[in-house]
Amino acid sequence: MKPVTPSIPRDGTAGEPARPALRNLRSLRDHLERTGILLVLAILIVVFATKEPAFLNLDNLFSILQAVSIVALLGIGVTITLAAGGFDLSVGSVAASAQMAASYVLIVWHGSALAAVTACVVLGVVAGLFNGLLITRLRVPDQLATLGTLFLLAGLQLIPTGGRSLATGTVLPDGTEASGVFSDAFLALGRFRLFDVVPLPVLILVALTVLACIVMETTRWGRVIYAIGGNETAARLAGAPTARYRIAAYVASGAIASLGGVLIAARVGRGDVSAGHSLLLDAVAAALMGYAVWGAKRPNVFGTVVGAVFVGVLLNGLTMLNAPYYMQDFIKGVLLVLALAFTFSVGRRTDSRG
Amino acid sequence: MTQFTDPDQHALVADGTAADAAAPILTAHALTKQFGATIALSNLDLSIRPGEVVALMGANGAGKSTFVKILSGVYAADGGTLTLAGKPYRPASPQAAKQLGIATVHQSIADAVVPTLSIADNLLLDRLCDPASPWRVPPAVRREAAAPLASRVGLEVDLSAPLGTLSLASQQLVTLARALASQPRLLILDEPTASLSAAEAERLFARLEPLREEGVAILLVSHRLGDLRRMADRVAIMRDGRLVADLQPPIDFDAAVETMIGRPLPQARTLEAASAASLTPCFSARELQLTPTSVAFDLDVQRGEIVAIAGPVGGGKSRLARTIFGATRASSGAMKLDGKPWSPRSPADAIRAGVFLAGEDRWRSSLFPDSVPFASIAGTLSFPFLSRWFKRGAVREATERTAAVDAIQTFGIRCTGPDDRLTRLSGGNQQKVVLARWHVEPARLLLLDEPFQGVDAGARADIVDTLRRHAHERATLVFVSDLEEALEVADRVVWFDRATLERLPTSNLKALHS
Repeated sequence: MKPVTPSIPRDGTAGEPARPALRNLRSLRDHLERTGILLVLAILIVVFATKEPAFLNLDNLFSILQAVSIVALLGIGVTITLAAGGFDLSVGSVAASAQMAASYVLIVWHGSALAAVTACVVLGVVAGLFNGLLITRLRVPDQLATLGTLFLLAGLQLIPTGGRSLATGTVLPDGTEASGVFSDAFLALGRFRLFDVVPLPVLILVALTVLACIVMETTRWGRVIYAIGGNETAARLAGAPTARYRIAAYVASGAIASLGGVLIAARVGRGDVSAGHSLLLDAVAAALMGYAVWGAKRPNVFGTVVGAVFVGVLLNGLTMLNAPYYMQDFIKGVLLVLALAFTFSVGRRTDSRG
Repeated sequence: MTQFTDPDQHALVADGTAADAAAPILTAHALTKQFGATIALSNLDLSIRPGEVVALMGANGAGKSTFVKILSGVYAADGGTLTLAGKPYRPASPQAAKQLGIATVHQSIADAVVPTLSIADNLLLDRLCDPASPWRVPPAVRREAAAPLASRVGLEVDLSAPLGTLSLASQQLVTLARALASQPRLLILDEPTASLSAAEAERLFARLEPLREEGVAILLVSHRLGDLRRMADRVAIMRDGRLVADLQPPIDFDAAVETMIGRPLPQARTLEAASAASLTPCFSARELQLTPTSVAFDLDVQRGEIVAIAGPVGGGKSRLARTIFGATRASSGAMKLDGKPWSPRSPADAIRAGVFLAGEDRWRSSLFPDSVPFASIAGTLSFPFLSRWFKRGAVREATERTAAVDAIQTFGIRCTGPDDRLTRLSGGNQQKVVLARWHVEPARLLLLDEPFQGVDAGARADIVDTLRRHAHERATLVFVSDLEEALEVADRVVWFDRATLERLPTSNLKALHS
């Protein structure tokens, strides 16, 4: 006879009944893990609203959302790659170079708004493919491959304009003067407001959030992506074409990031070489804070968007309360570290159960 | 006899009895070890004399590895005594065990060496890791110190080359040389030939002969009867945590295996040749060569038949399973499925064609961690068939729940419902989920790699029962390293080792051991 492995109770709820006090404490902790970040967000809003009534002004709320929309978009891309067990660090650079590409098409090549958007998305898709192939074919670790792409694109975007920002009248490296303009149609992408209230970037964000949520949570494609992130071997042995899915995740991430670049260009109205400076860290912070939303403990699109809004509300509120602007990066850093600590401590707890 | 006894009392007993044997180097007396409710060792008595090679046999869970780990200082015994060269032996750590004179060469070479370091440094690794060693030892000095260690095992290579450039067999010699560096009185070899070819194994054994003459005792843990026949002076057989037989030469290996599994070897359920000629086999392989250096073999499996591919760990069983499943390629040869050529390019190909593999080590090959949203019974079962069931993309959870409810019924999975998380189930029930997954759609050929891994006896009986009940629907290949498991589940057992099949001349399983 073989020794019988005793079945180990997985936690207090299975096995022996936990003492009531302990169980209450645990359920309180579960509850806090679930609603914690939403609770803090609500408290923040109440505090800011009481200190500065203008905070609750509809225009202000939408300006927060508008400011947040690009970071949230990039965060969605990061989330998809995180779900597939990767990590796209190149989203900020993709957005920045897409923004320069859009400007270049409009101002130097006198292209239409459609041509500019198409060029951006193509750039994003190519960057994503490049990442995906580096990772799946050459087996470069995800973070390093996308870090490489980050620097590659950050450098590449400077070359066509000789390191200058691009606006009508900019002198190009070959001595000619760029004579194109940002067309109204293109600028509308960043500036149009539905019913004069809701900015178009916010609508785009909502549409993409809904789409990404549906794909990631309710379709078999989303399942395969999460499966790869959880256990790639098991996914492959269950018949999933894992390499193709991982490439697809990076392509989606690149395409979404380039769309973010389009929105930046349309809002700013010129090709700015320093745009997208802090986008990456903001997007990553949002995606990692997303782990904590509604107790998901995993990358999830909805959580990422909430995370981005959280950061936006906090920064906007603090600015209204006259917190110095130079505090912003520090606050974001603190939030990122807290999110990381939470994410990885939770991850370890779930692992030890397995 | 009680299980927990005062070690001091036993020390007296051991000292009293030590004299009558021809001065054993190691004596274990009434050794006991428990893990929770599991009794791993119960009153084990064993003694080994200098220069003697004692082979330790036993089925999985018999307590072999617990005994080895107590000897090598990984665990402490709960009760009983160990005496080494007349003195009580109670090592506090593996290092202490080594200093006291027991060195162990573990099965996994990868865990014991650093491929990027030079061979010399690997040989001296224990010395270099010793805090008392000087802070800097010049490379030339290291090479000089390593040279005698290498020559002792006949390793004639450039010692400054990185270890990774050596063959696996030579790496094994490096670990052996390292174990010998501490001048052990007892050398424990845990499955030393698991990843070696026959010629390499012979080379290793030739290196062990001189040790025997030097009076080093060797405890050899092996499942390979060839190894035992070649080396063993005595065969000690363990079952249920105790010594059940201590056989002297000439050794009857059939009797040994029967003692090991605790019952007579049964006749095979069907005659191998009976059905083979008339029908088209469900699966057949011709001149299949798994690796460039392995021997080609043929294999036929009929529909309705369960064939166990039994053989030692590292003998290439998993490779065969993965080759049939399309996860790796064979070097040469042809496979046929229902008479048509079969050369899957990926697991996806195989699954589409109804060839399913439940891989070994469920948490590595089959299950998803709890962070994956659908790591429930229903989600785990449906995952390979998502594209078959939900062509348009949207997953209907009702469909997979229905399938899961059926599977829970069929396999007797103990749970609260199809949405139970896998991490909440016991090991046996997790394994049932893995097997149930490959029963939700009809299989033509079902490959099960170590399906009883980490499964208790009750769950194993359930699984065997279900597999046998469904066997008529398909051909089934079960890959196991435990002969007892093979006999329990299969119609026919074939022996697989060194990436090739050893055909049975008769239907009698005893032929396995000749």
